[in-house]
Amino acid sequence: MRNPYTREIPKYTWYLRQGRYVRYMAREVTSLFIGLHAFLLICGLGALSQGEVAYNEFLAVLESPFYVVFLIVALLFVIYHSIAWFNVTPQAMPVQVGEDFLPGGIIIGAHYGIWAVATIVVLFLAGVF
Amino acid sequence: MSERKINLEVLRYDPDKDSEPRFQTYKAVPCQDDWVVLDALNYVKDNTDTTLSYRWSCHMAVCGSCGMMIDGEPTLSCKAFLKDYGDTIRVEPLYHFPIERDLVTVIDDFVEKLTKVKPFLIPKQPKSIEEGEYLQTPKQLKKFKQYTLCINCMLCYSACPQYGLIPDFLGPAALSLAHRYNIDSRDGGCQERMKVTATNIGVWECSFVGACSEVCPGHVDPASSLQQMKIASTVDWYKKRLMPWSKS
Amino acid sequence: MSGSSKISNKPIIWGLFAGGGTLTAFLTPALVLITLLVAIGVAPNGLSYSEIHGFASHWLGKLILFGVLSLSLWHAAHRFRIAINDFGIRADIPVAVVLYLLAGIGTIMSVVYLWGM
Repeated sequence: MRNPYTREIPKYTWYLRQGRYVRYMAREVTSLFIGLHAFLLICGLGALSQGEVAYNEFLAVLESPFYVVFLIVALLFVIYHSIAWFNVTPQAMPVQVGEDFLPGGIIIGAHYGIWAVATIVVLFLAGVF
Repeated sequence: MSERKINLEVLRYDPDKDSEPRFQTYKAVPCQDDWVVLDALNYVKDNTDTTLSYRWSCHMAVCGSCGMMIDGEPTLSCKAFLKDYGDTIRVEPLYHFPIERDLVTVIDDFVEKLTKVKPFLIPKQPKSIEEGEYLQTPKQLKKFKQYTLCINCMLCYSACPQYGLIPDFLGPAALSLAHRYNIDSRDGGCQERMKVTATNIGVWECSFVGACSEVCPGHVDPASSLQQMKIASTVDWYKKRLMPWSKS
Repeated sequence: MSGSSKISNKPIIWGLFAGGGTLTAFLTPALVLITLLVAIGVAPNGLSYSEIHGFASHWLGKLILFGVLSLSLWHAAHRFRIAINDFGIRADIPVAVVLYLLAGIGTIMSVVYLWGM
C-alpha cells in the first residue's frame, strides 16, 4: 500500500544545512546595510538643507565608535553585495556575439573594471585624493 | 584493480511497517576503485539486502533517474565516483520530495508542473506540410540549446530551498523548459506560457539562490533562465500598462 | 496561496530592485567608505558644507542624489522583504507594506530636502 512519507524543512534554520545557503542569506542581508546607509545619507541631506551649522553637527555625530563599527561592518557587506551581484551578471544577461555566447569571465571582468573606475571617480569627487 | 571497503549509510523507509524513515548502515561493502555510488548500491542489493529500493536505468548520466542525496548533496549516483568520497557515505532520497520507499521518491508533483508550462513548440504561424519546414539558423539554435539538455533528474528541485518551503512553486526545471521554448525562433507561445510562468508561483518565487545551477549535471543553468524570464516578464508588465496599444 | 494563479505584480518593484542592485553594486562601497572616513575623523575636503551644498544645488547633482538614494532604498526594501521571508517570518504582505512604505518615505524625504536647496 502507498504511504508516502514527507520530510519537513526546518522553516527557521534551513539555510544552516549548507554553506551555499549561508552565503545566499549573507547576500540577502547586504540589503539591510544598503538601506540603513541610504537612510543615513538622507539624514545628512536633511541636515545639509538646514544650513551649515546643522550639516557640521551631522558630520560630528558620525564621529563615534558606534558609527565606526557599523560602517566597517556595512562596508564589508556592501562589498560582498557588489561581488555577488557582478558574479551572476552573465547568468542574468548572457550576451550572444555571432553564434557563441561571450564567456562569463569577460562580462564579470568588465563589471569589475567599471566598478573600479566608478569608485575612483566617486572618491576623487569627494576629495579623498 | 584494488578493492576498498565502504560503509553505506542508507535512509530506509518501508511504507507498510515504518512510521518514519531510519538509517541503516551496510558495513564494509567491497567496492572497486572505479565504482560509483550506484555500483555500491547494486552490490548491496545483489549480495546483502534484496529489499533495498532505488531507481536507476542507464548508468551513464543520461536517463536522470538515479538522483539521490549523497553526503547531503543532490547528485546522480551514477556520476558519484567513490574515489571522491570518504569511507562512510550517507545516501538519502532526494530532498523536497515525499519518500515512496527507501530511496524512491514520489515525483507526481514535478511531472504535473512540467506539463503546466506547455513545453512544446507553439508555432507563430502554423504551416502545412506543403509549405515546408520551420527554418532556423545555427545562431538561433545556439540561443536555446543549453536549455534542451535537461534530463528531468530533479536535482535542481532538491537543491532549491524555495521549492522546499513553497511546494506550489513551479521550480527550476519546468520554468527552464518554458524558457527554452520562449526563446526558440520558431515559437510564438511566450504569452500563453506567461499566464503560468509570470504568476507568483512561477518565476516570482525564485530568489536566485543559484543552487539549482550548481547541482545540475547537464549544465543547463536553470537559475540563468529564471533571471531572464523575470526580466522578460517585467518588461512585459510595464509594456502592457504603459503601451496598451502595442501587441506582444 | 491566494492569487497564485494571477499574473504577479512583483515586476513593479523588481524593476527598481534590479536597477538599484546594479547601481548600488557600482557606487555604494565607495559611498560607505567616505562615510567611514568621516566617522574616523578624516573627512575629505569634498565633504565641506560649501562643496556639498554646491553639488546638491545643481540640477544634475539633485538628479544624481535622488537616483542613487531612492534606488538604493527600493533595492534594499525589496531584497529585505524576501530575506525576512527566508528567515522564516512568513508574513509577506504586511512585511512588504512596511518596507515599501519606508522606502517611499525615504524617497519623499530626499525629494523634499533636494527641492529646498
